[in-house]
Amino acid sequence: MVEWSENERSIISNIFSNLDYNDVGPKALVRCLVVYPWTQRYFSSFGNLYNAEAISTNPKVAAHGIKVLHGLDRALKNLDNIKATYAELSVLHSEKLHVDPDNFKLLSDCLTIVIAGKLGSAFTPEVQATFQKFLAVVVSALGKQYH
Amino acid sequence: MSLTEKDKAAVKALWAKVSKAVDTVGGEALGRMLLVYPQTKTYFSHWPDLNPGSEPVMVHGKLILGGVTEAVSKIDNLSGGLLELSELHAFKLRVDPSNFKILAQSLMVVIATMFPKDFTPETHVAFDKFLAAVALGLSEKYR
Repeated sequence: MVEWSENERSIISNIFSNLDYNDVGPKALVRCLVVYPWTQRYFSSFGNLYNAEAISTNPKVAAHGIKVLHGLDRALKNLDNIKATYAELSVLHSEKLHVDPDNFKLLSDCLTIVIAGKLGSAFTPEVQATFQKFLAVVVSALGKQYH
Repeated sequence: MSLTEKDKAAVKALWAKVSKAVDTVGGEALGRMLLVYPQTKTYFSHWPDLNPGSEPVMVHGKLILGGVTEAVSKIDNLSGGLLELSELHAFKLRVDPSNFKILAQSLMVVIATMFPKDFTPETHVAFDKFLAAVALGLSEKYR
């Protein structure tokens, strides 16, 4: 099981309590689709993804970005049992959505960059380490039910 | 995934700004890497202090940033232009090439914190491609 210090719990909680989901969610997904264009394969029903400009103004991308970011809420509420918490979502991503689990890391890297951009110097090395540890645990849990 | 002219222009424009903070960016990136990816500390066991902001970290970070600046100047021929640096990393330092990606990510996080308006998604993809090409250039002489 993953161990979280009091300090780590407080860092994670602070990041999310000050998070503007409606801004960060879309930005993270847009960045993922632009920086790693092959991830667009999962969004053929989203319409115009032809260039960075189109992606960043696409309302379906924005809505989905917010949805995905809120998906992290359950990890926040169940820090001591992330693996079990994401079992259902893992099955969904594997069996229904057919998402290559390598993509989870790509999106989490983009989310890290967006949060870094928003927090600036407040995104200290320590905060970065804790946030990346959190995301790594979620990414691992999302990949657990693949077979 | 080779660099287009648009990518090269984006990298040069970003680096013109980033390289002005030459005294801090490299050190920050290196410090973060050592903290966030502790396995990278194994390459620096000879340093007295591996904490972010320490003297050896800041000095070495500046050196590394100089290397990236050199790579930007040789952006049209990274595999040829980085041969000497590649020999250094291959034969003397023997850094596992997987670490280049790790340092690249740390550098991009620092740039995002310091230059959020400049590090747009389009600049990010160009810079990510560039750092991957640099990593490839540095790996050239490994085997």
